[in-house]
Amino acid sequence: MPKRLVTVDLEKCVGCGLCVLACSRKFGYAGNDYSGILSVSLSGFERGATVIFCRGCEDPPCVQVCPTGALRKRKGEGVLYKEELCIGCKNCVQACTIGAIFERRDGKIAVCIHCGYCVNFCPHGVLALKEVKA
Amino acid sequence: MRILKVNLSEYSYEIEERDDIEEWIGGAALAVKLMREEIKPNVDPLSEENVVVFAVGPFTPAYPLASKTVAMFKSPLTGNLGESHAGGRTAMAIANAGYRAIVIKGKSHKPVYVVVENDRVYFRDARVIWGIADSLVVARIIAEKEKGRGIRTIMRIGGAGVKLVRYACVTTETYRHFGRLGLGAVFGSKNLRALVVIGRGAFKVKDVKAYKEVYREIYDLALKSDAMKKYHLIGTPVNVKPLNTIKALPTRNLTSTTFEKADEISGEAFAEYNLGRRIACAHCPIACIHVATLRIPYENEPYFYRTIMVSYDYEPIYSLGSMLGVGSREGVLRLIHKVETLGLDAMSTGVCLAWATEAFKRGLIGENETIVKLEFGNVENYLQAMEYLYQQPNDFYRVLAQGVERASEVYGGREFALAFGGNEMPGYHAGYATHIGYLIGLRHSHLDNAGYALDQKIKDYPPPEELVDQLVKEECWRQVLSSLVVCFFARGVYKPEIVSKAFKPLGYELSEEELIRYGEETYREKLRLKVDMGFKKPRIPDRIFETECTHGKLEREYVERALDYWWSKYVR
Repeated sequence: MPKRLVTVDLEKCVGCGLCVLACSRKFGYAGNDYSGILSVSLSGFERGATVIFCRGCEDPPCVQVCPTGALRKRKGEGVLYKEELCIGCKNCVQACTIGAIFERRDGKIAVCIHCGYCVNFCPHGVLALKEVKA
Repeated sequence: MRILKVNLSEYSYEIEERDDIEEWIGGAALAVKLMREEIKPNVDPLSEENVVVFAVGPFTPAYPLASKTVAMFKSPLTGNLGESHAGGRTAMAIANAGYRAIVIKGKSHKPVYVVVENDRVYFRDARVIWGIADSLVVARIIAEKEKGRGIRTIMRIGGAGVKLVRYACVTTETYRHFGRLGLGAVFGSKNLRALVVIGRGAFKVKDVKAYKEVYREIYDLALKSDAMKKYHLIGTPVNVKPLNTIKALPTRNLTSTTFEKADEISGEAFAEYNLGRRIACAHCPIACIHVATLRIPYENEPYFYRTIMVSYDYEPIYSLGSMLGVGSREGVLRLIHKVETLGLDAMSTGVCLAWATEAFKRGLIGENETIVKLEFGNVENYLQAMEYLYQQPNDFYRVLAQGVERASEVYGGREFALAFGGNEMPGYHAGYATHIGYLIGLRHSHLDNAGYALDQKIKDYPPPEELVDQLVKEECWRQVLSSLVVCFFARGVYKPEIVSKAFKPLGYELSEEELIRYGEETYREKLRLKVDMGFKKPRIPDRIFETECTHGKLEREYVERALDYWWSKYVR
């Protein structure tokens, strides 16, 4: 069964951003440019923190607006990203209601592919991989 | 490496590629180098000629806990080199924006805030927000107006910085501070309300496999070993009880080292009754930032409450709690919140008010000066006095806003004015190493060489010369940590061997010996800069010899011998 990245308990997020760094690190980079997940405060840290990433829509708007087929629906939930097809139009960035697609500095995009690498570096049990129907 | 230089006088900026500086240099070492290049040592700290450097390190953002930013400037509090470190998201944003350091020069003609977004710099009009005293409100306005949510830092000053209080801080991400030595006043003098840095970026590491392995090792060490246990749980206020027990908790302007209400304001009590949330600096799994929930009823309307979130640590509990004789958690939290909104350094504010309270009690000053009656434990009046420190309605508060050293010069009470090298005292009175540490530490901070920790281990003191050498050795190693911008709380994780190992996948070979030499050199260079800025042998406050500490009463002769030895061996 395919798996999808989910939040187990968002209230536990401390805003450390280790997930963000894990995501770029997976591809051999130190930083946030290749990360498909974002760690934010809730209008200031006095209200806590949260993470933003692809929630695996049933009918994903980002796929619908991608002119080249770089984004396709994955078996199960979420999308597949074929970087070599991406022309950097950012239609998907506009289309995602929750802002879970990010612009890279090279003009392409970063989006969560639900690999779960970040789960291993979430120290407070906010993130998990969940099995979903194919 | 890339350095961004922003000139406020001309509203211009340049990005320098510095091939002449080795890639592994950062933090304190880099800041000293850039200060040397950019500043004339004799400039007035509040003039256009002062320079501010923000530097991050070679491990940002590659490894966890390398999450500090080192700020260097000429301090308006001491008139000497100022250095202050803060966490939050600053280091991450600067590194991801592509810079190892940002240099701020000049002075804006009118109030501005500056936004750095990767390769672009924008100068924004800040006239409308210049008069807002509350640092939290200013931050919220800027946060809503600017983009970069999640990948930015908002470093801003409160009203104290605007009004040039010489121990005003720069606050970042609501709860972290470039606290000590008055960076906030330097911002204020430059008409700079805030510096926002938005950073999206990454660099490819040399050896991906080894990088991931070393990363995992550091991550596991931080979380699974005992190296950071103290910060995992109760946080820094875990110190209150033990320091009180060993007679090291400065109380009521250090007339005592035990506080009868220490249990009430202990880390354990805060955790049990007030702790509402914990948050982390970027790239830190520990989340040591303890935030209390404080419910304050409206004065005249029943069933209405303000609910505020107040970050607490050991140092503000000492300076605004025991040092002011405030023994209620609610009182301490309200004072911390006040200091937070105005953007004052908590330690300097507490020590200044503690001195003023004693001076008031002894009749050196009266209500003509203080306007409110200052007495230990009186929270309401201290809140009012803090407001006056900000507003400076008379000569007394104008002088007190320059620090306790200056205030005691004008009004007397030098012997109980607790400043070291012009910097107000941190929260430890544990023995010789504590105070010698403050005196010879290049920032006059307890964290320079951790003398307070040494005092808690020592049974019999060695000759003062030996103690000094030991403290300097520790301070030299801490230069390495602050050049890597590794949080000092993670010093148990980043031992020389791990540091050396962590460099390799990034493409640098540095042996443990080279690292130690790097620390020693940074120490020497920083001290040389201090001397060129007119560093004089610091005054030793009499009070430290009057009040019993862990090791009984301290002898002046030992401290003087230590200071003389340090001066002749290291300074000259």
